[in-house]
Amino acid sequence: MILLILATGGIKLSAQTKSKPKPAAKPALITAAVMANGKKIYGQYCLACHMEDGGGVPNMNPPLSKTSYVLGDKTRLIKVVLNGLSDGAEIDGETYTNVMAPHNFLKDQEIADVLTFIRNSYGNKASAVSAAEVKTVRAAKK
Amino acid sequence: MKKILLIPVLLAASVSFALYAFKGASQLKPDADNAGLKLPEGFGAIKVAELGARARHLVVTPQGDIYVKLARPKDEKGILVLHPDNEGKAQVTGGFGNYGGTGIYMKNGYLYASSNQEVFRYKLNDKNEVINPAQPEKIITGLKMGRQHETKSLVLDNDGNIYVNIGAYSNSCQEQDRALHSVGMPGCPILDSAGGIWQFKADKLNQSYAEGVRYATGLRNVVGLDWNQQNNQLFVMQHGRDNLASSWPELYNNKESAELPAECLYALKKGDNAGWPYMYYDQIQHKKIVAPEYGGDKKKEADAKFIEPAMAYPGHMAPNGLLFYTGSMFPEKYKNGAFIAFHGSWNRAPEPQKGYFVVFQPFKDGKPSGDWEIFADNFSGSPEKAASGRADYRPCGLAQGADGSLYVTDDSKGAVYRILYNNK
Repeated sequence: MILLILATGGIKLSAQTKSKPKPAAKPALITAAVMANGKKIYGQYCLACHMEDGGGVPNMNPPLSKTSYVLGDKTRLIKVVLNGLSDGAEIDGETYTNVMAPHNFLKDQEIADVLTFIRNSYGNKASAVSAAEVKTVRAAKK
Repeated sequence: MKKILLIPVLLAASVSFALYAFKGASQLKPDADNAGLKLPEGFGAIKVAELGARARHLVVTPQGDIYVKLARPKDEKGILVLHPDNEGKAQVTGGFGNYGGTGIYMKNGYLYASSNQEVFRYKLNDKNEVINPAQPEKIITGLKMGRQHETKSLVLDNDGNIYVNIGAYSNSCQEQDRALHSVGMPGCPILDSAGGIWQFKADKLNQSYAEGVRYATGLRNVVGLDWNQQNNQLFVMQHGRDNLASSWPELYNNKESAELPAECLYALKKGDNAGWPYMYYDQIQHKKIVAPEYGGDKKKEADAKFIEPAMAYPGHMAPNGLLFYTGSMFPEKYKNGAFIAFHGSWNRAPEPQKGYFVVFQPFKDGKPSGDWEIFADNFSGSPEKAASGRADYRPCGLAQGADGSLYVTDDSKGAVYRILYNNK
């Protein structure tokens, strides 16, 4: 177990030192094109609430930097984009008043790219989200 | 060692004690940096306290004590009591009321305070101290509270009535709140129990909707409100709707969505309808415009039955405090005018954010008269911090001291400012 933590820690460290991190295993590549497209989608649909720096708005819109929702379980994160978020649940100990509207009108690839973008911006470092993963979550919902 | 240190301390204490005797409130010395604020010539500011809690509205007693309402209780206290020393700096000397909220007001021997669903009142003694903090009278109960616009601001008139804002738990009454291209619900059902100002009796227990009167409707959310004593009328500041561009990108670009709609000052009469969610006020066209959720196209004018604002300010600046200045400390032009605390915007991104200041609106005979001006600025810490929305402090509540000082709270770090005029 300790070895495993050390090993993953080691991988993270080495990934951070490189300008273009290698994907750990199966996930999609974090290419410059994916990041550019993700940033574009972000500017169009996310920035108004989560702000240019991903810091959100205190008490209203949650930040995206280093939060468990963004860095954690990808399925939960994909669901937030597809279904929105209006349950008022605590996010890392804070509550936020604004609802997030569903963004299910975005294509699988668009959701994958914007999530890959936020998972690798604002100090975040996490694996990419693929269009196939979004497709699976979207299908499971029906 | 200790004795040697003690002598200068005692000396200093006795010297400053002697000085206090000659100090009236008007001789209070502002902080060297005016507590970081930028103020007009002749004004100064003291940072009275920094509470480390979300300080919302406040009242100041004639004795100089301060009651601050907290958005969330700190150590199970939702109202903090502050007692100032002779330099104008205050210590927390007590607290009570284990509920968060925004509204607090003092009138006729009672302190009124709200949670996000109820209003309580506390009897005061002749020094304006709360007699029995653990057992307030619950005068209003069961008010609607959504996740957004949940706070209940309050003010009293001179006829035994209390006015409470019940904010609409929605941006523009869309079928899906804040969603792309989501249309407005027909006959917006929210308005029967929210999106307006309700009037209740100030001295009756356990009132709810059945006992209250919907005094004015079509107000999305009001945080700052005050009673104008000159013409005996309620004035409120509405928080205008958000998301014009993100919900209707074909109609509004980011620049338009940042500037529109206006944050409006309304002078209310019983039965007034300010038009939310069916319309918004466009301060550039000077027109009431039909909301896109209800068939608007950015130009179509709304039904004339909706009232005109008394004054309109740039969009999204979030007016959280309104106070008519009746004091005598400030120069004559401020008398009976309005101070408005703009908490600061978020829904202007990607355009620069705006607000984080206290505005002065001149009044004449109970009506706005002349251009508004920024009175107290730089709560944010710098123009860059204001533009990015990463402000150090955010003005929220306003109150007037017995000597005519203007008090301002900040709900980011809990700063309490006291603004003085001493250029006499």
